[in-house]
Amino acid sequence: MNDASNRILAELLEARTGQQLPPSRRWRIGTALSGLYRELGITHLDQLIAMMAQSRDSVLAQRVVEALLNNETYFFRDRAVFDQLAQATLPELAKRRADRRHLSIWSAGCSTGQEALSLAMLFCEQESRWAGWTIDIIGTDVSRSVIEVARKGCYSPFEIQRGLGMVQMLQWFEESPDGWCASDRLKRMVRFQTHSILEPLPATSPFDLILCRNLLLYFAGENRARVYNRLAAALAPDGFLMLGAGETVIGHTEQFLPETGMVGIYSQTRAGIARRSEMRRCDTAA
Amino acid sequence: MTSCLIVDDSRVIRKVSRHILEAMGFAVDEAGNGLEAIDFCQQAMPDLILLDWNMPVMSGIEFIKLLRSTDKGDRPKVVFCTTENDAAHIRAAIQAGANEYVMKPFDRETLQIKLQLIGIA
Repeated sequence: MNDASNRILAELLEARTGQQLPPSRRWRIGTALSGLYRELGITHLDQLIAMMAQSRDSVLAQRVVEALLNNETYFFRDRAVFDQLAQATLPELAKRRADRRHLSIWSAGCSTGQEALSLAMLFCEQESRWAGWTIDIIGTDVSRSVIEVARKGCYSPFEIQRGLGMVQMLQWFEESPDGWCASDRLKRMVRFQTHSILEPLPATSPFDLILCRNLLLYFAGENRARVYNRLAAALAPDGFLMLGAGETVIGHTEQFLPETGMVGIYSQTRAGIARRSEMRRCDTAA
Repeated sequence: MTSCLIVDDSRVIRKVSRHILEAMGFAVDEAGNGLEAIDFCQQAMPDLILLDWNMPVMSGIEFIKLLRSTDKGDRPKVVFCTTENDAAHIRAAIQAGANEYVMKPFDRETLQIKLQLIGIA
């Protein structure tokens, strides 16, 4: 595998998604593309680059991009975070939205849907607290193939047990020939759509809560700033942004500040709210 | 140190599971079937039992039913670890007193999360 081919792939990924594939992460290219190699009957990257160059449409390039995206996810990833959501963040949002009893939540970079479904389970398991509320959860991802999986909501035995206890598995999923499939009750609470986080917002914003975990680390420089602008524009002025463990806004943006007493939760600053208004005006005009 | 008994008739599975559990800080012992496991438990009740379903001499489900009916047999956390991955088997395991259920194949992270869920990791 030569550096030029790696660079071509990194440029393709960045052009299509804004995500970076720096030299330090290029070790995973071979593994990520191994399924595609087998399917195409090739053995190395240079052959793939040649095939893409000869291809008359962008289908192969899109498949390469989708294979390069890191779609790692599992149910209740970082349990402590979901415990905090259940015990502190959502109760606070419940107070702030007591008048309209509606919560709108965005799982940004949702991959195959486990995060959005985990949220849905969280609400269903606190049935009495949320009785009479409308909970709207939208999951988005730039990859069409993972959104198809998320919409179907069916998982292999390996996937379903990653993060779920046996009781939750039986309670919220049904065994079928397609795998373990999310119950209708969960599915009614979640919607999935293909969307690049660099593009204008899903139509249902502003959101009361945005989960954008383990996604910003793939963006740098101008694109990372654009993502923060999109998040600021999509979040209600008194809503919460949740980032992944090990991610922080500090040193990256002045639009968000850590929320006191909640790990990984951020609120908008005045600058963020101003940016939000500006972005929403631009999107409307466009 | 938290003790774990691995009950599986496959030497390979026992070896892999031992490797994972020792890396997680458990003191590990092994048994090749349910009857051997009962003998072991009568001498020293472990904190955790990782249990296969299909085994010669005494199956996993027979073992857990017997274990739960013995003195102090309610103490160990029992996690089924099996290729039987349908809902009916999981329900039967719950009914027999299992604390968690891991379907093969699994990875270290999956097992670790399951053990966290039952408060043992």
